[in-house]
Amino acid sequence: MWTTIQQIFPYAIMFTIPLLITALGGLFSERSGVVNIGLEGLMVIGAFAAAYTMYELQTAWPGHQIAAIWIGLLVAIVAGTVFSLLHAFASIHLSANQVISGTAINMIAGALTVFLSRNITGSGNIRLSGGFPPFDVWGLSDIPIIGPLLFTKTYWTTWIILAVVLLSSFVLRKTAFGLRLRSCGEYPQAAEAAGVNVRKMRYIGVLISGAFAGLGGAIHLVTIAGEFTGTVSGLGFLALAALIFGQWRPIGILAATLFFGFASTVANVSQVIPAFASIPPIYLKVFPYVVTLIALVLFSKTSQAPKAAGEVFDSGKR
Amino acid sequence: MRNLIISLCAVIFGLLGGAILMAVTGHDPVEGYKYLFQGGLKTTSRFGDTLATGTPLIFTGLSVAFAFRTGLFNIGAAGQMLFGGFCATVIGLNVDTARPLLLLLMIAAAIFGGAIWAFIPGLLKARFNVHEVVSTIMMNWVAYWTIYYAVPAYLKAEQIETESRPLADKATLKAAFLSDMFGGSYVNLGLFLAVIVVIVIAFIINKTTLGYELKAVGFNRHSAEYAGIGVNRSIITSMLISGALAGLAGMAQYAGNGTNIQIGVLPTQGYDGIAVALLGANSPVGVLVSALFFGLLYSGRGFMNAMTEIPPEIADSIIAIIIYFAATSVLMDRLITRFLSKRRSTTMAATAGGKEKV
Repeated sequence: MWTTIQQIFPYAIMFTIPLLITALGGLFSERSGVVNIGLEGLMVIGAFAAAYTMYELQTAWPGHQIAAIWIGLLVAIVAGTVFSLLHAFASIHLSANQVISGTAINMIAGALTVFLSRNITGSGNIRLSGGFPPFDVWGLSDIPIIGPLLFTKTYWTTWIILAVVLLSSFVLRKTAFGLRLRSCGEYPQAAEAAGVNVRKMRYIGVLISGAFAGLGGAIHLVTIAGEFTGTVSGLGFLALAALIFGQWRPIGILAATLFFGFASTVANVSQVIPAFASIPPIYLKVFPYVVTLIALVLFSKTSQAPKAAGEVFDSGKR
Repeated sequence: MRNLIISLCAVIFGLLGGAILMAVTGHDPVEGYKYLFQGGLKTTSRFGDTLATGTPLIFTGLSVAFAFRTGLFNIGAAGQMLFGGFCATVIGLNVDTARPLLLLLMIAAAIFGGAIWAFIPGLLKARFNVHEVVSTIMMNWVAYWTIYYAVPAYLKAEQIETESRPLADKATLKAAFLSDMFGGSYVNLGLFLAVIVVIVIAFIINKTTLGYELKAVGFNRHSAEYAGIGVNRSIITSMLISGALAGLAGMAQYAGNGTNIQIGVLPTQGYDGIAVALLGANSPVGVLVSALFFGLLYSGRGFMNAMTEIPPEIADSIIAIIIYFAATSVLMDRLITRFLSKRRSTTMAATAGGKEKV
């Protein structure tokens, strides 16, 4: 059992990280009052931008594979941010239905990226010549119990994202910016009366979600997928579920995404691990989704959802 | 009228966006569109294929539009379609009876499968106020994995692991007279079914008490409640009907256009249904027209891809851009208003100028 846990732990963390950063982006957007179900599409955009950048750079400079990956991640952040402008503009300035706008983002991202990559590679898939190599943290990986679990086969991105989670938690709870952002999602008219520029805060919220989701898609590409195929297989939607499951709090989201990470990893490797082989795989596969449904029911009475999320800001409404 | 103008504008912007995409990637947009439309319309057989491609979209579009009318956003048409199609396939492969009865049984199974898949989000919404967008997305993935394991386990084809056995001809909506009439196209009885359902749904929405109550709930949930309408019951009813329509899309797709069900895909028609409903302004006839337009883009893209170097995904891109502009119709609304007021002021200025001259 111990060896099993030891074996799947690094994979579970690897699976968790893209989900975590994407859900965290969704948190900023929803806290500012804009529902973003376009996270899936923004992840696809990030993955495409990263894949294309790395594909070009890795061919151009064969000696600098890792540098190409880092640049790819940065490009993904930029691409995600720029693309999320579409959603921000539609839902903040044009009073569009945020769910429909998000759906449009998902559709545009899926179609556009495959269209472009088919123009580039002919097949619609972009294969990377190399992803991030996992490494053992020096010294720490020798610590008994937690060493093998947390500090072996890790990625740089994992540590960066964990730092971003802590930082986000601090920013949202302790800084004036965080307070203003949250007030825009709770009671925007009051925020406006207090002198907060609601539209600007919402733009910032959506753009952060675009940047984070783009990064999430790129991390998924360089650690798990290794190839861009025009989809992130529903991870963006799962991130949305994690956001709700985590009750719109950074630490809650961390817990929820870890849960999904483990559930998915167990489902993926169940056939080769004796302890799980007896469970029909379908139960393991649908487990995260069913648990989300149950969690939605349980939290329905005490939901911590931002009260104005999904509502068009109308400064005349009191 | 305004809805029609907005939809037309969205289509024009979508086509323009597609043209820009083609031009930017170094293709000739005029040639691209020429082959795209020829591919969907040139011969009777191609036209038949366009109708057939549009058929499942009519159902999913109606499904989304119907839920919209009650203020519900059914984003789960893909899962409902998949499960409805699966139920119909189970009957089609395992029941042996006279063709009309068999088809009726399959249709009933598709309706049942789609409805049950939408019932759960409807119930959660009515009883626990769980937002249907999240619950229907979860149900999509539950459907995806259920089919993923159920098809190989119970309906496996002999050679191919990833799809079910093909249905016998009598267990599909294929009709020889239709295929012959359209020069061997795969257009089938699903189209008639879709037209009948469009009429039925239009009747329900516009002429019945049920439709009136559902619309009232969609307009203002609280005032509907105050007026004595059972809001929770309306939500569940609306989701059941919406799911049933999506289930029929599964029937039209897997036992009409195709003859079996595949694993590992959520049918794209589910999400395209949102596009169809939006472009059709949630009216049944609008849905019919916009579904056939999307059918044209989808069936024409193969021919375009064969005749030019343009990737077939251009059709999906155009549809996606159309949706974005349909979603941001306020922009168009403002432009129309500005255009009208500007024209009014220029005509006024012109008449005023004319007067001065005199």
